[in-house]
Amino acid sequence: MSGQRLKESYDVVVVGAGPAGLAAASEAARAGLETLLVDENVGPGGQIYRAITTTPVHDRSVLGKDYWAGVALADEMRASGATVVQGAMVWSLDPELQLGISLSGASQLISARRVVIATGSMERPFPIPGWTLPGVMTAGAAQTMLKSSGLLPAGKTVLAGTGPLLLLLAAQMLRAGGSIDVILDTTPSGNLTKALPHAMGFLLSPLLAKGLALKREVGRKVRVVRHVTLLAANGESALKSVTYTTSGGATATVAADNLLLHQGVVPNPNLAMAADVAHDWDVQQHCWCPVLDHDGRTSVEGIFVAGDGAGIAGAVAAELRGRLAGLAVVRDLGAGSGLPDSQPIRQRLQREERARPFLDAMFEPPKSMRVPADSTVVCRCEEVTAGEVREAARLGCTGPNQLKAFLRTGMGPCQGRMCGLTLTELIAEARQAAPADVGHLRIRAPVKPIPLSELADMPVEEPAVKAVVRG
Amino acid sequence: MFKRLPEGAAKTVAIKVDGRVIEARAGDSVAAALIAAGISPTRLSAVSQSPRAPYCMMGVCFECAVTVDGVANRQGCLTPVQEGMQIETIKGRREIGA
Repeated sequence: MSGQRLKESYDVVVVGAGPAGLAAASEAARAGLETLLVDENVGPGGQIYRAITTTPVHDRSVLGKDYWAGVALADEMRASGATVVQGAMVWSLDPELQLGISLSGASQLISARRVVIATGSMERPFPIPGWTLPGVMTAGAAQTMLKSSGLLPAGKTVLAGTGPLLLLLAAQMLRAGGSIDVILDTTPSGNLTKALPHAMGFLLSPLLAKGLALKREVGRKVRVVRHVTLLAANGESALKSVTYTTSGGATATVAADNLLLHQGVVPNPNLAMAADVAHDWDVQQHCWCPVLDHDGRTSVEGIFVAGDGAGIAGAVAAELRGRLAGLAVVRDLGAGSGLPDSQPIRQRLQREERARPFLDAMFEPPKSMRVPADSTVVCRCEEVTAGEVREAARLGCTGPNQLKAFLRTGMGPCQGRMCGLTLTELIAEARQAAPADVGHLRIRAPVKPIPLSELADMPVEEPAVKAVVRG
Repeated sequence: MFKRLPEGAAKTVAIKVDGRVIEARAGDSVAAALIAAGISPTRLSAVSQSPRAPYCMMGVCFECAVTVDGVANRQGCLTPVQEGMQIETIKGRREIGA
């Protein structure tokens, strides 16, 4: 798509080509709306269906049936008539529905009548000692490399953390012929008791059978150490070993070339936050979620959020939320006729979501790995430790925004994506305040760094010139 | 440390990393190509010059930042490899005039 110019305006712009974005764009384009789907990856699929059109992993049993469900969705989008642009980075969205998009080294502003943010989720920060060492990655990173490049961890590999994705990655690695030395399960021993009151929804969901099958498949081949309470990655220039402590107090060290970390996924809120979309703190999930109506409408007129960015519920729910948002956009703009009824989609979504309260409680990550000990680096870019954040809070710093002036936390290239949640929880703990009251980093455009030359080269309209040129 | 699945082999492209030619699979991201070639660290951090390597591979963490064909701080995990591409790893903080 190199050199491609976008139009100045579209009826609908959908950001993100994962399940929600693909479904939303398909619904909108099929109804005749001029629909642009922009995505920063090289191909459609998002993270869950990563490289769905190009993966070199042809043996379908490796990635599994749920992965290959993405083919139909990508096909549907292609047939819908939506304009899809890959390798495009959205660096700005404002409440007037103007988007800044970087494509092939050039940026342009385009406007939309409706915007659907389908930027999905990211792995929850996992701040442990040594997590910046080469050799330590997220489990999702390993999964991405398997899906898109057919790459498999080699040497001694340790998986650590909690949540269904960790188990799924383990199974996919084993099916592909990989080996795992040990899985360090950080799920706290008390979680099951907290989750049991929500068991009914989970028992009625197909996820129970899937989860148990994965657990058996992995448990047969890999040693699993349960109730791990502390983790540390050791090494000088690269990872050499992993030290862990279990709830009984026993500590052990295992040699490792790869440590793959995962403790659940959280919405990736930066674009929505930059557009002034209201968010609430989710006390169970320890993350920010946008405030939405049942079709995904946000507090900003014309902006929708769909998919896991709306709150974690998985790929099937993401697709359904994408459809609901897409159909709502069509109705808002008075387009299309004979549209599918949204009510049955909402009912299917409710069925998908009913397993979540159990999963959220069962795989709630331990506080010790969200709000780490003083010596642990929490802001990877600016290399700030938890102890420095606590000290700033003790000196009177009230929240993540003021903390920038103290420590530069969140001011590096990742713009707080890797530390934001940790900062909120750290300050909340130190001030004995609620995370909702401590707040989040104020997210502003550019939501991702772009070269200054790209901004300078953008076409300038007369009102903009008049705003800054005298006389 | 990663290895390629036998079925992962495909058309290859040659890219240059800090002046050294490495082979990548067509379709790899720059970050995946560096990992597959065993290049680590891929970056020295700005504050303490400590070694770093790609962490999230999904466009979030910026640990995979490299200079691509002269453009600094590109996300290697979002940049597809192309024949003849020139990659430079980041060696700590940039100095004025450097």
